[in-house]
Amino acid sequence: MISKQHLAFLGVSLAALLCAPLLLKTYGLYLLTLWLVYVIAALGLNLTVGYAGLKSLCHAGFMGVGAYTVAIMMKAGFSFWLASPVAIVICFALGLVIGFPALRVQLHYLGFATLGFNLLLVLFFRNEEWLTGGTFGIQNIKRPEFLGFSFEGNLAFYFLVLAVTLVTGILLALLLRSPWGRAFAALRDNPIRAESTGINITAYTLMSFAIGAAYAGIAGALFATLVNFIEPAPFGIANSLLFLMMVVVGGSGRFYGPVLGAAIALLLPELLRDLKDWYLAVFGLVVVLMMIWLPGGLLSLRETLKLAKAKRNAKLKMEGLV
Amino acid sequence: MASVRLTEQVNKKDKMTDFLQLLLSGVATGAIYAMAALGFTLLWQAAGTINFAQGEFVMLPAFAMLIGMSFGLPLWASFIVAVALSILVLGAAFKNWIVDPMRGSGVVAVVVATLGLSIGLKSFTKAAYSAEPHPFPSIFGDEVFKLFGLTISYSDVGALVFAGVMVLGLQTFLNKTITGRAMQAVAQNTFSAEALGINVKRMIFYTFAINAILVAVTALLITPTYLAKFDMGDNIGLKAFFAAIIGGFNNSRGALLGGVLVGVLENLAGAYLSPAYKDGVALVLFMAVILVKPDGLLGTPQERKV
Repeated sequence: MISKQHLAFLGVSLAALLCAPLLLKTYGLYLLTLWLVYVIAALGLNLTVGYAGLKSLCHAGFMGVGAYTVAIMMKAGFSFWLASPVAIVICFALGLVIGFPALRVQLHYLGFATLGFNLLLVLFFRNEEWLTGGTFGIQNIKRPEFLGFSFEGNLAFYFLVLAVTLVTGILLALLLRSPWGRAFAALRDNPIRAESTGINITAYTLMSFAIGAAYAGIAGALFATLVNFIEPAPFGIANSLLFLMMVVVGGSGRFYGPVLGAAIALLLPELLRDLKDWYLAVFGLVVVLMMIWLPGGLLSLRETLKLAKAKRNAKLKMEGLV
Repeated sequence: MASVRLTEQVNKKDKMTDFLQLLLSGVATGAIYAMAALGFTLLWQAAGTINFAQGEFVMLPAFAMLIGMSFGLPLWASFIVAVALSILVLGAAFKNWIVDPMRGSGVVAVVVATLGLSIGLKSFTKAAYSAEPHPFPSIFGDEVFKLFGLTISYSDVGALVFAGVMVLGLQTFLNKTITGRAMQAVAQNTFSAEALGINVKRMIFYTFAINAILVAVTALLITPTYLAKFDMGDNIGLKAFFAAIIGGFNNSRGALLGGVLVGVLENLAGAYLSPAYKDGVALVLFMAVILVKPDGLLGTPQERKV
């Protein structure tokens, strides 16, 4: 089960997250909430990319589907608590529809199919004005209310998002510890061997993709109510790539990889604000260099260094023998 | 009565002309997609590299030519400079500094690296040059001529011929020359190729160099319609992937067929169905093709290794 160290780490992190709002002003609290929203989405993508080894490039699109579903339903008078499950189900179903043809063929076809699908979604958000408000988007999306208690305040909403993040995180951890999680990893490491041990690869890959999409749907529902206003731009291909970067830069296939990755993706633009337009150019270069030197992500740093040291020692030994 | 029938006839004729016109320009655009698609499949076969920056690889030579022309060079001269730079940067440097060091890190790492490269190159161009679209002259001029009532532009015909010659010439090179056959051998089985004494490293470099030439030619032909803009590659890259898969990933004629199909269908769909969803046509076609024929229209089934 969970080690003592891990438990202590979790306790400290939780305490920090509970106390953090005391130290933060409005913008800081907003960033912290946005980080949690990104964490939910990135956790889901990590299941797809890191544990099942699929390349999905439509995560922002799925988040958009979640956000628009909630916004449209809440404008039509439905409650957030009804709208968000609908959003999750729609994202899950869309994941199945997109994933099925691509996964039947080759794993990396999913990358192209999802990239194209994201493009299609943005076209839909932009062109179907009667439903999505087109480029003007949907404004004044209210925050949820529960049994007369309103989450309208930034602090209350932060705690709601924190609770959702914890629940989704725990659910994912349980899923990964179940036989299902093992099957996902088996698929990533060797699909054909996994198939020969009786795992139905198509079903499992499809599931991991659709569950990832559903997580994006949850994040989208919270995103819409966090920023109160949605338009097509945040759900484009660029942000789908950003989500993939979060997972990979943090450490794909590691539970806390996307948590770290989301923090970096969110804080880096704030820190590098002085670079302006050059920021993304630097970011792209850093990603390339990192894939060359540290393909396992930041969380693999210790192991990579250990491996490099072991290699060096082995080499020295060899030279000593000769 | 008679006049009504006459207008109907005229309308019918107009519709037919429109259709043929759309068909022709679609074929021309498609042939250009095919070149980017071809380079993409070559890299995948020979080096196992899925290049998500292929679109940006088209954008860079376009800007190189633009800069060359701003120094007063004529278009053809800046094209030659762009090809040389392209072989150097998008061929040799890309292979030696990015693809080679990543051998053994897996496909996902290469995909993420090329995605990072794509973001980096786009933002670099935007920050260093400009975010505005720039007009770009066509090497075949802006003239048009009339044939059977159709208005045909020299640039469409030129693009079609140029792209067709490139693709077929490349195929002949791959099938008929010793170097070409050695490159194919490397693509099929690197180990046996090496055992047979083929210089694998050099063949892989040739593949990257050919891709670099193909993207420079693509840039020359497509930029007059797309305009030189930092994000012009988004669209071209995506169309190239889809064209490659639709036609068949392991067949160079497939790329041509796939490119032309995408070009024609999106032109027709844009005119008759919905201009707003024109860019979604390639995706729908891709989905339809892989459902029916997973290896692409002209592709042959691939074996899987454990």
